[in-house]
Parts: sequence; structure tokens; C-alpha cells
Amino acid sequence: MEKLKYALFTGCTAKQSTPEQMMSTMAVAEKLGIELIELTEASCCGASHLQDYDDFLSLVLNARNIAYAEKHDLTMVTICNTCQLNTAMTKHRLDNNADLKAKVNEKLAEVGLEYKGTSKVTHFLYAIIDDIGLDKIKEMVVTPLSQFNIAPFYGCHNIRPSELQNESHDKAENPYNPTSLDDLIIACGGKNVDYDEKNKCCGFHAELQAPKTAATLTGNAIAGAMDGNADWMVTPCPLCHLKLDTQTHHASEAIGREVALPVLHMQQMLGLALGCDQSTLGMKHHLTKVDFV
Amino acid sequence: MNLKLELTKRKKELMSTHKITTQKVNFKVFRFNADEDYLPYYEDYSMDVTSEEVVLDILNRIKWDHDGSFSYRRSCRHGICGACAIKVNGRSTLACKESMTTMIEYFGNEMTIEPLSTKRAIKDMIIDKGDFWKKHEAATPYVVDEIDETPELENLLSPAEADALNDADLCIQCGACHYACPVVEINEDFMGPAAFAAAYRFEADVRDGDESRLTDVNQMGSGVWDCVKCFECAEVCPKDVNPIEKIGQLHNMLFQSGKAESNVATRHAVGFEKSIKKNGVLDEGGLVLYSEMAGIVKHVPVALKMFSKGKIVPPWGITKSQNLDEIQKLVKSSTTAKF
Ligand code: SF4
Ligand code: SF4
Ligand code: SF4
Ligand code: FES
Repeated sequence: MEKLKYALFTGCTAKQSTPEQMMSTMAVAEKLGIELIELTEASCCGASHLQDYDDFLSLVLNARNIAYAEKHDLTMVTICNTCQLNTAMTKHRLDNNADLKAKVNEKLAEVGLEYKGTSKVTHFLYAIIDDIGLDKIKEMVVTPLSQFNIAPFYGCHNIRPSELQNESHDKAENPYNPTSLDDLIIACGGKNVDYDEKNKCCGFHAELQAPKTAATLTGNAIAGAMDGNADWMVTPCPLCHLKLDTQTHHASEAIGREVALPVLHMQQMLGLALGCDQSTLGMKHHLTKVDFV
Repeated sequence: MNLKLELTKRKKELMSTHKITTQKVNFKVFRFNADEDYLPYYEDYSMDVTSEEVVLDILNRIKWDHDGSFSYRRSCRHGICGACAIKVNGRSTLACKESMTTMIEYFGNEMTIEPLSTKRAIKDMIIDKGDFWKKHEAATPYVVDEIDETPELENLLSPAEADALNDADLCIQCGACHYACPVVEINEDFMGPAAFAAAYRFEADVRDGDESRLTDVNQMGSGVWDCVKCFECAEVCPKDVNPIEKIGQLHNMLFQSGKAESNVATRHAVGFEKSIKKNGVLDEGGLVLYSEMAGIVKHVPVALKMFSKGKIVPPWGITKSQNLDEIQKLVKSSTTAKF
């Protein structure tokens, strides 16, 4: 098989508050034989907040990011659900509206760029499932995670709106019963925990404006996983990770119950199963101690 | 061959390829009568469901074939009146529109049928929707205008002006989104997605001259800023109103109108532009500081812990985007909002 190669849009979080996510992405890519070309020119995706302030500007900036992936003639992979949402949404809107695309390209032309619509945009989770396959991953597992009950936390912006999200990968994900992350847990040899909150919201995007709401949602999510007898949680989104890992104090206060579980990035889980050296997975950067490795 | 014969033949062909399939589905159905029952309970029904049926057919069959006292609302059975929304396996569903085939695809052959909100149940599927209507009303869901009592012409919208409503006018007030919204569930002041879609629908109407609606729906604690952007409302809406998109447009309108007050929510949105202009990427710490101002103190304990774990990059440690000049040029030339 030809070596898999993607243009990597890291987003901002992996470069700042979740360094462990960046490290584990690179470690896992190496194990899986994937070459990642980092889009160092990319700007922030706007995280849905720039979109609130200035929708057109956010389209222009996201189109610019995709244009750089197109220059490499590669699929763009994201490692943040919200990056995925905003980038895929931009692509969808431009690919389906010639006028809007022309307006955006008029701006991009000022800096010598053009958005063509030739690169696919997909989350790393779906890229590996689609392009490597769960069977192959299973074969590559050297340390099966068989002693663990693992609670998948999908994060809204990978599964909703499903019509948009399902444009980005091969197998349609059911927003009411998503399976990709469960499947990955099983491929890694773990036992997947089923609980009501696995496809619910962590509250991240209202953390500053509506702290009580946000903390309640976080608390409910961790509580759901704990009640499902999970040893730890796993998520494909660094923003969900930040909420679940660093905000346990506020979350416990909001729901009136002590809650905390180690929360791994999906790359860290995969890295453990594939036998990556633990120092490359960055577990020491977690606030809720990863006490089982 | 004459046309009529041709059509009859086509129809026969179509009928022969269109297969109606049947499968067994087990239903757990929420039962409660507020006048008599202390607690709700669930009744089990097993039925052969055909691929032709919608969820409302199942409700009808429960009533007609099993228990005449089973109660639910429906009127038009055409997805117009908005009366029949319920929950199937926790998912808001317009009963007369949703096909059982889709439900089986989503949930398999075990289904729980509940009212939109169990805590508001009056009898079986019937709920007290009072909170929904109160919040809807708070969005001033009508055109506010000086009325000419003896008009000579109708006050019509051009096609382009009607397009600007962006399908928000398709809302049938079924409440599916409202009771699917996780914030409505935990904050009783939150106006909810349908009220916001209504607010957008009338704000976007060129005939409207209301002065206060936009600020009403932007209140902290009850307004658009408390939305967590989970897209549940967009996922469930049977009319594709896409309430979360309208919420985004209300944010945009606020900034465009110049009515945006400086508060943690507006600064948080604007802060992204500032940060992108400076670094291309986000300065996460700087964003929180700019948004919260003095409120930053409440983040200090967690921030210190994060710092000790190497999770906070100081402003001078941030790797700026390459070709930052391009980004800065685009921010300058493409910005449409003001603050
Ligand atoms: S969503 Fe967040 S992490 Fe992803 S690029 Fe945007 S700001 Fe950065
Ligand atoms: S996107 Fe916002 S309004 Fe819609 S359901 Fe989620 S929190 Fe509620
Ligand atoms: S927006 Fe859609 S789901 Fe919400 S009340 Fe209107 S029609 Fe129903
Ligand atoms: S019965 Fe009127 S919308 Fe369903």
C-alpha cells in the first residue's frame, strides 16, 4: 500500500493547552505509517465564536486554510471536532454556492490564493477508520486494553449536524447511536461502555458566558460514564477533553456530586494499544491523573 | 400505446417493485394520568410494523387496538399543525411525519415512546407546553409596524426579501427542538431554539420595525449566548428550520446593528478576531483574559494547575501562523462586523 499522507490542521488547542494531543497524534501517525504535513500557515478556525462575530471573515479564513491543503493536493485532517465542524461547514457552503465561493475567492486573490474545493476535510478518527480500517488496526495492536472499561465521549461537532458530518467519511454515523469511537475501543481490545451522555454536549462553548450550564453538562457526562462503570473516558476532541479533564471541580459543584475520571485523547488510547512509548503520549499533562499506566 | 395505458403499465411496474416489509418492534410506552397516578409507568406492546407506517400510526394502533384511554395530540397528520411531537428513544420526533423505517434504522427494534418532556406530562403523550409558549411570546413573534388602516396596496415581500427569512418561517411550533435542547433542560430561563428561530424570522423581515427584540434575545442568562452549540435542535427539526444557524445569525445581527454591549460573551466572540489578527492562531490565555477582564480571578486556581502541567503557553511562547501578513490583510479587507 502506498504511504498514507495527509495535510494536518492542528488547530490551536493541540499547540497550547493540550500538548499531549499533539504529541500522541504524531506518535500514532508514525506507528500507523502515516505522513502528516502540518499546515503551519493555517489560522484558527474561529471555533464557532468568530462565526458569531463575523461570518464572512470566518469563511474567508477557513477557505484559506483549506486552500493550503489543496496546494499540497492532500486530504485535510483535523484533530479537533470544532475545527472539523467549521472547516467542513465552510467547504459545504462554498461548494454549494457559486456566488459565495466567488466572493470568498475575490478576497483570497488579494493574497494570491484560491479555494477550489478539491481537498476532502475529515477528522483524524474517521481518516484512520476509512483509510486504514479497524481490522488492520486490530492486527497492529500489541498491548490490548482488555482490562479496561472505556467510556467513549463523541463530542457534538463530530456527529451533528449529521447531514454535514456524514459528507466527511465513508460510513454514515448515526447521531443517536454513533459507533466509530466504540469500534475503535473494541479494536484496541477494550470494553466499550454504553451510557446516555456519550453523544451529548460537554458544554465547552458556553463555559465563559454560562458557566453553570456548562459545568452541569460536564458533570452529567462524567457521572454517566462513572455510573456505567467506566475506568476512563476517551474523546476525539481536545475541547471536550479540556472540559472533562480540567473542570472536574466546577462540574462536581454544579451537580452536587464528586465526579472525576481520567480522560484520554483518542490518539493516546490508540498509542497505548499500538505500543507507543509512553513518554510520547504526554499523560503527564493531564489534570485528572492518569493513574493506570 | 395511448398515454393512459402507458401510465397504468408504469404504475403496475412500480407497484410490483415497491415491497412493503414488516418487522416486529417492541414498544415501551410512557403512561401517566396526572389526575389519578402518583407516578408514571411504562406499558409494553409488541407489534408488527410495516415499512409504510409513520410513528403516529403506532400511537393510533395503541389507542384503537389496545387501550382506548391512551392519549396524545394530533390534528392535521400532515406535518402542519405541530401538535404531535413526542420522543422516541429520547429523540424528539414529529409523529405524523417520521417514518418507522427511519426509527428502526436509528434505534433497532426496541423503542421507548415518551412525551416531549416527561416532567411536564399531563396525560400520557400530552404535556403542558406553557413554558414553550411563554418563551415564544418573549421573542415578539410578529411584525411590529405602524398600521395604515386604509391601505391601498398589500405590503408584500419581494422574493429576495422572503429568501432572507432563510426558512425560519417554516417553523410549526411543534416544540421538538425546545425539548431536545440540553440547556432548556437545565436552565429554566433559557428561551430555547424555537423562540430564537422566531426572533430571527421577524428580525429578518424588512417590514418589521421592532426596537427591542434583538436586545431581548441577547440577555445573558436567558438569551442566545447561553446556547452551547450542540446542534441537537438542527438535528431534530422536522421542518429543517435549523435553529442553531438562526442563533448564529442573531449574533451577527447584534454586531451589525451596533447594539452589542461589551460583556463577557461579546468580548469572547470579538476576542477571536483580535487574536487572529495578532497571531493567526488563538492566544487561549489572552482570549480568556480579554473576555473576562476582572472576572479572570475565578479561573486562576485551574489556570495555575494547568500551568504546572505545561498546559498554558505564555503570549511570547505562541507560535504564530506562517504568512501572517496574508491573514492580517484578509482580516482587514473581509471584516463586515463592528464592535
Ligand atoms: S476550534 Fe478551537 S482548537 Fe480548533 S482551531 Fe479553533 S480555536 Fe483552535
Ligand atoms: S444548539 Fe443551542 S439552542 Fe440548539 S439545542 Fe443546542 S444548546 Fe439548544
Ligand atoms: S424550529 Fe423546528 S423543531 Fe423547533 S418548533 Fe419549529 S418546527 Fe418544531
Ligand atoms: S398531526 Fe399535525 S403535525 Fe403531526
